[in-house]
Amino acid sequence: MISLDNIHVTFGEGTPLETRAVRGISLDIQEGEFVTVIGSNGSGKSTLLNTLSGETLPTSGKIQVGDQDVTKWSTAERAKLIARVFQDPLAGSCENLSIEENMALAWYRGKPKGFGSALNSSNREIFKKQLSRLGLGLENRLKDKMGLLSGGQRQAISLLMSSLQPAKILLLDEHTAALDPKTAAFVIDLTCQIIEENKLTSLMVTHSMQQALEVGTRTIMLHEGKIVFDVKGDERKGLTVVDLLDLFKKNQQGEELSDDSLLLG
Amino acid sequence: MSTIAALGALESGLVFALVAFGVFMTFRILEFPDLTVDGSFPLGAAVSAIMIVSGVNPWLATIAAFGAGMMAGVVTAWMNTKLGILNLLASILTMIALYSINLRIMGKPNVALLGETTVLTPTESWGMPYYWATPLAFSVVVLIMFFFLLKFLNSQPGLAMRATGANARMARAQGINTDRMIILGVAVSNGLVGLAGSLFAQSQGSADITMGVGVIVIGLASVIGGEAIITPKTMLLALVACVVGSILYRFAIALALNADFIGLKAQDLNLVTAVLVAFAIVAPKLKANLSARFSSSKKQ
Repeated sequence: MISLDNIHVTFGEGTPLETRAVRGISLDIQEGEFVTVIGSNGSGKSTLLNTLSGETLPTSGKIQVGDQDVTKWSTAERAKLIARVFQDPLAGSCENLSIEENMALAWYRGKPKGFGSALNSSNREIFKKQLSRLGLGLENRLKDKMGLLSGGQRQAISLLMSSLQPAKILLLDEHTAALDPKTAAFVIDLTCQIIEENKLTSLMVTHSMQQALEVGTRTIMLHEGKIVFDVKGDERKGLTVVDLLDLFKKNQQGEELSDDSLLLG
Repeated sequence: MSTIAALGALESGLVFALVAFGVFMTFRILEFPDLTVDGSFPLGAAVSAIMIVSGVNPWLATIAAFGAGMMAGVVTAWMNTKLGILNLLASILTMIALYSINLRIMGKPNVALLGETTVLTPTESWGMPYYWATPLAFSVVVLIMFFFLLKFLNSQPGLAMRATGANARMARAQGINTDRMIILGVAVSNGLVGLAGSLFAQSQGSADITMGVGVIVIGLASVIGGEAIITPKTMLLALVACVVGSILYRFAIALALNADFIGLKAQDLNLVTAVLVAFAIVAPKLKANLSARFSSSKKQ
């Protein structure tokens, strides 16, 4: 489904500030897999996701989705295949537009645009139905501006928006990091529901090892722009955070993981 | 203020409502501070004046002014999106370049249109004085553009354009080509301003190289002033605010300059404009402050 072939991303190449964010990642993700991605700050998680979404073009390497080579595609072109939820709840929607207008934007994702009215009674009905499943009463606030909602509400709507059009791939970039624990649990539940219903192939970046093991079908860990381990299936079942740390130590020839937030999260 | 002066204020208010629409599209919809309008206003005037003087159909000349304005907008937006020049700087560069281009088009600093057949010539047979007929004709043009823009801003591409200005990263993630939206929006905006320049020249009887000076300030004054009066909750209200702001601005200027007791003269126009714009920007804050103070003192 998704195949990354020896991806390198270097920022500011040839300058004193040169950063090699991703250093040769190759990864094959099967259709329907739900991959959780962990790694400390600066390990290349976000860059990997940006490379997939098209915001960052790889310095070298090849990206394939299905049998299409999308390496040179822009973000807008890839939007037909890829839906995305951002870390910052404010980034995934427009605060100056109403709830229904935001949803309409997602409704037309990857569709040819005509000059008809963006909102009509039939798509409003669909938006209402989708919003009512959140149980937050938002279905009665279609005309409210997005900026009036809380971070959790906005993140939940971003998730709904990602499922309005049949995308093949869902990218989640620490999308619960800015939420309180209760709201985060709600959003994670919703995420799992949406992924299951729409049979999406998903990549979720997370800061918490616990969360990385609890959801999804496969876990990869990045360190200094490389994949240090990749577990799935039976091998992944029953793994604990301590096991992950041992795995990391083994693969890094004894180097200790020093990022506290990864252990505490 | 006499009837003729009031109708004159209404007439220029209507022409500058078109400028306000354009400025609203760039500054508010796209969040693109575009100063090209100071050049595309006289560009529209120059193009249609020179065509009318050479005997071209005035309607064709007016449409050509819209097209010329659009081209100026495309140049600005192209420099910004494809060459990566800061939007404000790109628009200033186009504005400066247009000064030379406008002189080249006209061949001299001023082209008179007195006695020529313009789009306003048919209004002479309406059986009313010109100072009634011209504002009436212009209000038809403004109304047509109003409905066209309203329909567009609520359509799918219109929504895509609004998302481009509000959150470009999200817009791209929803499959919107933001560069194309910026180019289209800035082009239509300057097309409207070119049209306004053309109508202004035809009603004033000449196109002049200096007529663009300060157009952006008047446009902004109209948009901001209109928003201070009508809260733009929907696209419909936002466009109404542009028209109301533009007409009220003209009346405020006319009143200020006509009120003998203040002692202002025509040369004080730009000073009055600047004060009015500053006031319109501060007015909503003052209002909020006053009402907060008033309600808190009531509680005590």
